[in-house]
Amino acid sequence: MNKVLLIIQREYLSRVRKKAFVVTVFLVPVLLLAMYAVMYLIYKNSSELNATHIVKVIDESGNFAGKLHDAKNIKFENLSQTLAAAKKDLKKDEDVILLFIPKSYDSPKSVQVLSEKKPNLTVSNEIESQMNDIATNNNMVAKGIDTAQLHNIRSDISIASKEVTETGDKESNIGASYGVGVAGAILIYLSLFIYGAQVMRGVIEEKTNRIIEVIVSSVKPFQLMLGKIIGVALVSLTQFILWIILSVAVSFIANKYFNAPQSPILGLLSGLKSIQFGFIISGFLFYFLTGFLLYSALFAAVGSAVDSESETQQFMFPITMPLLFTYLISVTFLAQNPDSSLAFWLSVVPFTAPVAMMVRLPFDPPAWQLAISMCMMVIGFLFTTWVASRIYRVGILMYGKKASYSELVKWFFYKE
Amino acid sequence: MLSIRNIVKQYAGHTALSDVSLEVSGGQIFGLLGPNGAGKTSLIRIINQITAPDSGEIYFDGTKLNQSHIERIGYMPEERGLYKKMAIGEQIVYLARLKGLSHAEATKRIKYWFEKLQIQDWWDKKVEELSKGMQQKAQFVATVLHEPDLIILDEPFSGFDPVNAELIKDEILELNRKGATILFSTHRMESVEELCDSIALIHKSHKILDGKVKEIRNSYRSNTFLIEYSGTKLDFNGTQPFTLLDEVAGEEGYTIRLQLNEGGTTNDVLQYLIPQVSINHLHEVIPSVNEIFIQKVNQIG
Repeated sequence: MNKVLLIIQREYLSRVRKKAFVVTVFLVPVLLLAMYAVMYLIYKNSSELNATHIVKVIDESGNFAGKLHDAKNIKFENLSQTLAAAKKDLKKDEDVILLFIPKSYDSPKSVQVLSEKKPNLTVSNEIESQMNDIATNNNMVAKGIDTAQLHNIRSDISIASKEVTETGDKESNIGASYGVGVAGAILIYLSLFIYGAQVMRGVIEEKTNRIIEVIVSSVKPFQLMLGKIIGVALVSLTQFILWIILSVAVSFIANKYFNAPQSPILGLLSGLKSIQFGFIISGFLFYFLTGFLLYSALFAAVGSAVDSESETQQFMFPITMPLLFTYLISVTFLAQNPDSSLAFWLSVVPFTAPVAMMVRLPFDPPAWQLAISMCMMVIGFLFTTWVASRIYRVGILMYGKKASYSELVKWFFYKE
Repeated sequence: MLSIRNIVKQYAGHTALSDVSLEVSGGQIFGLLGPNGAGKTSLIRIINQITAPDSGEIYFDGTKLNQSHIERIGYMPEERGLYKKMAIGEQIVYLARLKGLSHAEATKRIKYWFEKLQIQDWWDKKVEELSKGMQQKAQFVATVLHEPDLIILDEPFSGFDPVNAELIKDEILELNRKGATILFSTHRMESVEELCDSIALIHKSHKILDGKVKEIRNSYRSNTFLIEYSGTKLDFNGTQPFTLLDEVAGEEGYTIRLQLNEGGTTNDVLQYLIPQVSINHLHEVIPSVNEIFIQKVNQIG
């Protein structure tokens, strides 16, 4: 056991000391900080988004004037000038928008919005929607429906989705859950590949360097494989934990220095508050670790069967398929149907569970499903590690021999 | 020291070792000889417990080979290699610690060896910065650092330049004088006669011959001698006390190869020849290990 610790130590230190590791650790928080800064700058420069626009209305039809009501950021003023005169005044004040409604407004594009600057989309949308409401009302009144009835016909529907939980109804934010789920799936998918490939490259390096024979004369192949996998796992955990700590620190700093209470983007971020990050992060770490143990054992077996990285293609395909498949299904179908039976089965099969479960976690999957999935992950990685180690112990000593699948099967059944 | 009993090892489709038994006594330099693919490396891997035999047993100092013996064996494989991106000193410390040495002890001993081989300033160098010969020196240090009782070297002299090969040979001999048993394999038989006390010949998975080098060669003596003389060419008419095998004319005389008659001695031969010619040279023809090997292989067919 002491020897496994030595191997873990070497595998860990040799990777953590690399420049590339240090750079990646700091790159992510720096990028995050840059993102905050960009968001802040966008917010500062887009103050016109929040400035109140004054819309001067010239209503030649007489159907709208007075019925347009002030909305967020919009203030309507009636104007009794002619269009030509108003246009002249427009040039004096660039924040003023001119709304011109001709006598007959049914023909397309007859209503005009004029402004010195490019018209703002939200403002013109608001005007359009209000005018449509008013025109519909006017038409109904013209057809003989009185105003009292009109109020009854009109309805104002907006959906607020709530989840029923034991502690009471909880406001749920489907958009945020979707985003977090997909982000978690992408992150776990990429990390499994990146760190799994690191294990594989390490095995190939030892094999092509021929140091493997020296090492296995001191330790058992299984100890070496285990030490390498755990070493790389610790490297990845170090990376993730440093990222989390640094990201929280950066967010704290950003919050302090780029504080912008009414920033619309920060408003969007507040939707994320409904997500239980502690739960998601521990879920991520569990599924990453077990998924990594499962896949990296297979990657190690592949590395042991080849002499160079370019030969890995034929063995990589069946390993990457389930991951790629779940990834593609997850970000499209699963994220929209997190409680479907396909989602259940994908999150129980150990090969697909890490990605599939990450998508489902923000949607609070049933505890029993989570428990089955987690047990299956543990069983799964014990099984693949056992299979992989039997191939690995033979493969690492086979030089210059191109292995086929039938050969791998033979290796598996070798006695020792 | 090492007792190998009835080892059988089969790989899918071919037999690497069939019923091989060997005795290596302590303090010996033992040569494991045979052409490439004979099964030498398979046997060495089994002794190192890298692979296990299908049947048969190995005893190390009287006890059955087990994990605790790993620390008493030093192994330098034929295919040598180190981690390319790791500093030499740190790397040898790592390998030594895998063999059970403490960090401090390993460091101390590496310093001693580096000084001895005059490579002190290599400590922080990465392997990829060193020449191949330098890497092999480092690898040799890693092999013997934990002062093993048994040092196993697979094809130790292949890949060394002549200067380094000589240096390593001297180090091996010194370690042997200090009590280590050396077991090495080679397919270059000419290199072993001067070095080995005992040898075993392995051919196509079978051990075909083993024993002390001197005894083996003595057993292959055939009372054949080579004599070089000058003077007039002798004319043998059948009365001479030996059988003439062949006769060659050289620059300074003639060379004859002869076999003694049953019960005859070289003195009889000399007494017959001295009155007629002047003898420059006489020596016994003993087959080299290489010749014995070829002879033995031909016998088996």
